[in-house]
Amino acid sequence: MTALTLHAPILLVALPLLGAFATPLVGKLGKGARNTLIGLIVLAVAGLAAMLAIDVFGSGGIPTVYELGGGTFTFPLSGGQVPVRILFEVDGMSAFMGLITALIALTGAFFSFSYWKERSGGNLYFSLFLMLIAGVFGMVLTGDMFNFFVFLEITSIAAASMVGFRVWLKQSQEAGFKVMAMYTLSGLFVLLAIGLLYGQYGHLNIAVLARSIQGSLTDMVALGLLLTGLAMKAGAVPMHMWAPDAYGEAPAPMSAVLVVNSQASLYGLFRILFTLFGASISTGTVGWILIVLALLTIFVGVTMALIQSDLKRLVAFGAVSQIGYMLLGVGVGMAVIATRPEYGLVAMQGGIFHMINDAACVGLLFFASGVVIRAAGTRDLNQMGGLGHRMKWTSIFFAIGAVALAGVPPFNGFASKFLIYEAAFKLNPFLAVLAVLSSIMLLAVFVKAFQAAFLGPRSNTSAHVSDPSLGMMLPMAALVLVVIVFGLFPGFFVDHIVTPAAKALWLGRDAYINAVLGG
Amino acid sequence: MNIGNLPFIVAALLVVLGLYTFLFKRNLIKLVIGITLIETGVNLFLVTLGYRTGGISPIYTFAPEAQQMVLPTPQALTLTSIVIGLATTALLLSFAVFVHRHYGTLDVRKVKELKG
Amino acid sequence: MNNNSMSVIVRTVTRFMYGLIILFGFYVIMHGHLTPGGGFQGGAVVASAFALLLVAFGSAGLKGQLNLHWLQSIEEFGALAFLGLAFLGIGTAFFYNLFANSGGFLFGASVPTGSNAGVLTAGGLVPLMNWAVGLKVMTGIAAVVIVMLVGSHKEETE
Repeated sequence: MTALTLHAPILLVALPLLGAFATPLVGKLGKGARNTLIGLIVLAVAGLAAMLAIDVFGSGGIPTVYELGGGTFTFPLSGGQVPVRILFEVDGMSAFMGLITALIALTGAFFSFSYWKERSGGNLYFSLFLMLIAGVFGMVLTGDMFNFFVFLEITSIAAASMVGFRVWLKQSQEAGFKVMAMYTLSGLFVLLAIGLLYGQYGHLNIAVLARSIQGSLTDMVALGLLLTGLAMKAGAVPMHMWAPDAYGEAPAPMSAVLVVNSQASLYGLFRILFTLFGASISTGTVGWILIVLALLTIFVGVTMALIQSDLKRLVAFGAVSQIGYMLLGVGVGMAVIATRPEYGLVAMQGGIFHMINDAACVGLLFFASGVVIRAAGTRDLNQMGGLGHRMKWTSIFFAIGAVALAGVPPFNGFASKFLIYEAAFKLNPFLAVLAVLSSIMLLAVFVKAFQAAFLGPRSNTSAHVSDPSLGMMLPMAALVLVVIVFGLFPGFFVDHIVTPAAKALWLGRDAYINAVLGG
Repeated sequence: MNIGNLPFIVAALLVVLGLYTFLFKRNLIKLVIGITLIETGVNLFLVTLGYRTGGISPIYTFAPEAQQMVLPTPQALTLTSIVIGLATTALLLSFAVFVHRHYGTLDVRKVKELKG
Repeated sequence: MNNNSMSVIVRTVTRFMYGLIILFGFYVIMHGHLTPGGGFQGGAVVASAFALLLVAFGSAGLKGQLNLHWLQSIEEFGALAFLGLAFLGIGTAFFYNLFANSGGFLFGASVPTGSNAGVLTAGGLVPLMNWAVGLKVMTGIAAVVIVMLVGSHKEETE
C-alpha cells in the first residue's frame, strides 16, 4: 500500500493514458470488455486520488515530491544541488484538484456507459475521455513549468476533439474550430512566457524558479502573458467566447469534464501567482485585476444566460459565471495577502470550496440536461414542456442542482458563496452586492428553464418519455448526494479538505520551495 | 545594436505577423496559417535562448575536447513544441474541412450559426 | 478516389526513391541516441515518404496498398509499447532506465566517456522508446494524411 501511495502521483497520469491507448484494442473485443476496462481504471484513479489526498492532507502542509525516472536524488536536496529531472510536486491544492477530477471522472464515465448505449463511435469517445482525464491530472500534479504546458496542450486537443465529436452536426464543427483556435492561442502565450522565464533564470522547475525570481520587467511581461493565456483557457470574460459553444456542443457527460478542464487552468493560474511569483510582484494590483475579471465574468455570464433559449447553452453560461466566483474569492485573497488579514484566508476558502461545489452542481445540471434533451428530442426550451409529469427523478435532480448553484441554503453552493460574500464585503461592499445580485439573477434563469422544460401541460413529445435507466440515474444521484452532504455539513468539509488547500496557497510558498530545495 | 539580438527581433516579428493574420483575415485556412506563424515565432525564440557565443552543437561525434556547447534543453523544448504544433494544425485543418463540407464556405463571417 | 496522378517522370522517380526515404527515416530513428534525430524526426521522414506516394500516384493508385486498419493497429502498438517500457522500471520510479549500463543484450553496453565514435548498443531504454515513438508517428501521420485526402475528395464526387 505504501508503494501505491509512493507512486500515486504518476499512476494518476499513467493509468488513464494507458487506458486511452488500450481502449481501441480492447473495444474490438466488444462493448462489455471496454466498459469493464474503463470502469476499473476510473475506480483505480478515484482510489489513488483519495489515498494521495489523505496522505498529503495528513502530513501537515509538507508537499510530496516525485521524481520521474529518478532514483539517484533524495528530496529535499542538500547543498547547492538543483533538480535535473521532471518533478511532480503534490501539495494541498493539487490533492484537492485531484479529488475534484476523480469525482467528475467517476460519475462521468459511469453516466457515459449508459448514455452512449445506442450509438457507435464509443471507442473513440472513451479514449478521448481518458486522455482528457490524464491531461487534467498531469496539469494539477506537476511541479515543472514545461510539463504543465505539455499537459495543457494534451487537454486542449482532447477537449476540442470532444467538442467537435458529432461530425454530422454543423454547429459542433464551427464550435470545435473556434475552441481549438482559442486553446492553441492560449497555449502559445503560456509557452512564450515559459520561454521568457527560462531564458531569464535557466530553470524550469517551479520551486527553483520561485526561489530565484525577482520582479524584473521580463518577469512582469511573463506574468502578463501567463495571466492572459490561462484566463483565456479558463473562460474569463472578455475571452469567454469559446466557452458557451464548447460546453453547449460537446456531448452531455463531456461538458462536465470540460468544466473541470477550465478549473484546472484556474489552478495553474493560482499556482503561478501564489507560489511562483509570490511576494515578488505587487499582489494588490494583480489581486484587483483578478477581482475585475471575476466581476465581469459573473455579470456577463448571468446576463447572457437570461436571453438563451437553448437549454445547454443556458447551463453553459451559468458555468461561465461560476468561474467568476472562484476568481473573486481567490482574487480577494490575493489582493490582501500582503497584510494577511483574517478574511483573506476566508475568501480563499470560499473560492476553493466553490470549485468542488461548482463541479458537482454543474456536472449534475449537464447530465440532467442531456437526459432532458434526449427525451424531448429538441434543445429549444420553447418547444419542450411538461416533462416533469413522467420524469420525476430527473426534474428533482435538475431542481436541486440549479438551486444549489444559485446559492440557496441548505445546499453546498450557499456554503461556499456565503464565505465569498462575507470576505468580499469586508474588502469592498460593492463586490458583495454585485455577487449577490448575480446569484439572484441566476436563480431566476434556472427557474425559467425549469418551468419551460418540466412544468406545464403534457405536450405531444412528452407522451412516451420516462425516467432514464438506472445507469444514468445512479451517477446523478451520487452527485446529488455530494451536493446535499456538502451543504449540510460544510464545516467538516471546509476544515478537512478545503483549509489545507487554501493554506497551501496562502501560507505554503516556503514549504513548497523547501520540499525540493531544502532549507 | 548587437547582431546577436537579431533572431529575437525576427521571432517577435513573426509572432506579431501571426497575431495580425489571426485577428484580421477572413478565410479559415488563413487563420490556421496565422496560428502556425505564431508557433514558428515562439519556436525560433526558444531555440535562440540556448545560444552561447562560440558554442558547438550538443550532439557531436568525435567532439573536440573542452569546448563550450550551446544549451540542449531549449532544443528539446522546441522539439516538443513542434510535435504539439503538428497535432494542433492537423486538428484545426480537419475542423476546417468539416466546416466547408457543412457550410459550403470558408469565410469566417458567414460561419456564424452559434450566436448570442 | 481520384485519378490525379502526376506525370511519368514523377511516378518513376517516386517508385525509385520512396524505399530510400523510408530507409533514411529508419536510420534517423535508430541512431537517435548518437546523432540528431530520434523517434519523432525519423517518423516524420517516413511519413513524408507515404505522402510522396499519395501525391505522385493519387489515392486511386494506392487503393489496395495502404490499409487504414493496419496503420491504426501499429499506431496503438507503438503507444502501448512506449507506456509499457516506461512502466518497466516502476520498482524505482516511472521512466527509470532499466537497461542502461547493465551489460545485458538489449542495448545494455556501458556508455564510454570522452570523445568517441558513439556506441550503437548503449543507451538502455532510449533506443527502444525511439522505435516505439517512431512507429507511432509514422503510422499516425500517414493515417492523418490518408484520411484527409480521401475525405476531401469524397465530397468532390458527391
